[in-house]
Amino acid sequence: MLMTMENPRVRAEAPPAAVTLDAVTCAFGNYVAVADATLTIGEGEFVSVVGPTGCGKSTILNLVAGLLEPTAGTVGVGGAPLRGLNGQAGYMFQSDALMPWRTALDNVAIGLEYRGMPQDERRRQARLWLRRVGLEGHEEKYPHQMSGGMRKRTALAQMLILDPRILLMDEPFSALDIQTRHLMENELLELWSADRKSVIFITHDLEEAISLSDRVIVLSAGPGTRPIGEFHIDLPRPRDVAEIRLTGRFLELHTEIWNTMRDEVMKAHGKGPRQ
Amino acid sequence: MTHASAANELPARKPARNVVYGNIVLGQLAILLGVLVAWHFLTLYKVIPPFFFGEPVKVFERIWFWFSTGMIFQHLAITLLETLLAFGFGMVFGVGVGLALGLSPVLAALLDPFIKAMNAMPRVILAPIFIVWFGLGIWSKVALGFTLVFFIVFFNVYQGIREVSPLVLANARMLGASKGQLLRTVYLPSATSWVFSSLHTSVGMAFVGAVVGEYLGSSQGVGYLILQAEAVFDVSTVFAGIIVLTTFALILDATVTVIERRLLAWRPQA
Repeated sequence: MLMTMENPRVRAEAPPAAVTLDAVTCAFGNYVAVADATLTIGEGEFVSVVGPTGCGKSTILNLVAGLLEPTAGTVGVGGAPLRGLNGQAGYMFQSDALMPWRTALDNVAIGLEYRGMPQDERRRQARLWLRRVGLEGHEEKYPHQMSGGMRKRTALAQMLILDPRILLMDEPFSALDIQTRHLMENELLELWSADRKSVIFITHDLEEAISLSDRVIVLSAGPGTRPIGEFHIDLPRPRDVAEIRLTGRFLELHTEIWNTMRDEVMKAHGKGPRQ
Repeated sequence: MTHASAANELPARKPARNVVYGNIVLGQLAILLGVLVAWHFLTLYKVIPPFFFGEPVKVFERIWFWFSTGMIFQHLAITLLETLLAFGFGMVFGVGVGLALGLSPVLAALLDPFIKAMNAMPRVILAPIFIVWFGLGIWSKVALGFTLVFFIVFFNVYQGIREVSPLVLANARMLGASKGQLLRTVYLPSATSWVFSSLHTSVGMAFVGAVVGEYLGSSQGVGYLILQAEAVFDVSTVFAGIIVLTTFALILDATVTVIERRLLAWRPQA
């Protein structure tokens, strides 16, 4: 039942991969979160990683970000092994990571402030990015004065203003209601298509994964998570995430991937494979 | 017509709340007046001895005398100066030591028993030592207030540093923050919010330090006035001093509230 599909586009052009995980194991004491995981994310590729709850999806992202160090194996970025924090990556966290004591504008500008850019210039750019994510007129609001969706947009602008080559996104929209979520997904795709960055998008929502990605990677249930399936998503772009769910090809892909995922989801809930 | 109805509608709601609030204020004034009247007649008819309980009329005469001649202001100024100095020094050292210990677990573990012991010590008992060290002037009072304020600020900064959201920290690091930048943009603002939430307590403690210090030995200040009056069993003047101090403390507290509201605009209203 395990199904692995080659991605011909990435393999044929063969530019140096944006991110590689080579036989990576990550353990916390006796608990092995990720075991012997091998993974390649191509330059400019949008890859979603799906898996059952608590399977160590975030661990993989933290390894690529350099926030965690692998116990064994190597993480490669742009062909070189990663040491310390990944300076080429932007990270969007699952829950709020904005500074509650800064306004939307100052939150977005913080990365440029760290780089030593003068205040006028960084504020100008932050204003531009807030407009791009649809938050014009909300510059002076503090995080507690914004809705969940607005905070996500601010976090997105905060990440994108630094123009990172790799985007790491950890279930960024999981806390949003479904309409806001579709809106944000479409906006993300639009921003992404402007200058194709490499994206690793973590989610537990298979539909979200298919509608956004070039490739979907299925993880096994934890502990000892590893990729067990890889699916090329050949849906045409540009896509509308809500409409594309109604196409026949989407349903085919969904069925195919779900067949691989199902057993792992059952394992994660302690029920074992059915029948 | 529409104008009239709109005018009717708006005030219709507001007075409802204002009437309730007005009634509460009236009730509060009635309680205050009741206590004063009871005090007056109980001492007038010697139900309770005026020698020990003072007489409200004399108390207010005394307060009037203080303010009309202006002699109270120099004492109030001294008490205020002591309060502000104790608060300022306590703040600076509390933040400094709190930051150092919050960021260095080894230092925190090393100093932990000493800090606990110093905080457990009843600070008022230090007042005679401070008088010996710093004399009868303002500095012995500042020192006493300092020992009270320091620990409040210190514990809050320490807690603030420890409880910085790991997510905000990781996010700042991913956005390229250096160690110094993390301190300035994450640790300090987080600690500051904790310090502000304890502002009322620390200003109050600085005030307590100043007054208690004055009461235990001084040559100026409102605490000194009370001390003097007590020495000659002038209970009415003691009460007058207490009332002035209480009013002063309330004004101080209200000022803190105003400052707090300005500085913590980013926080959701509780």
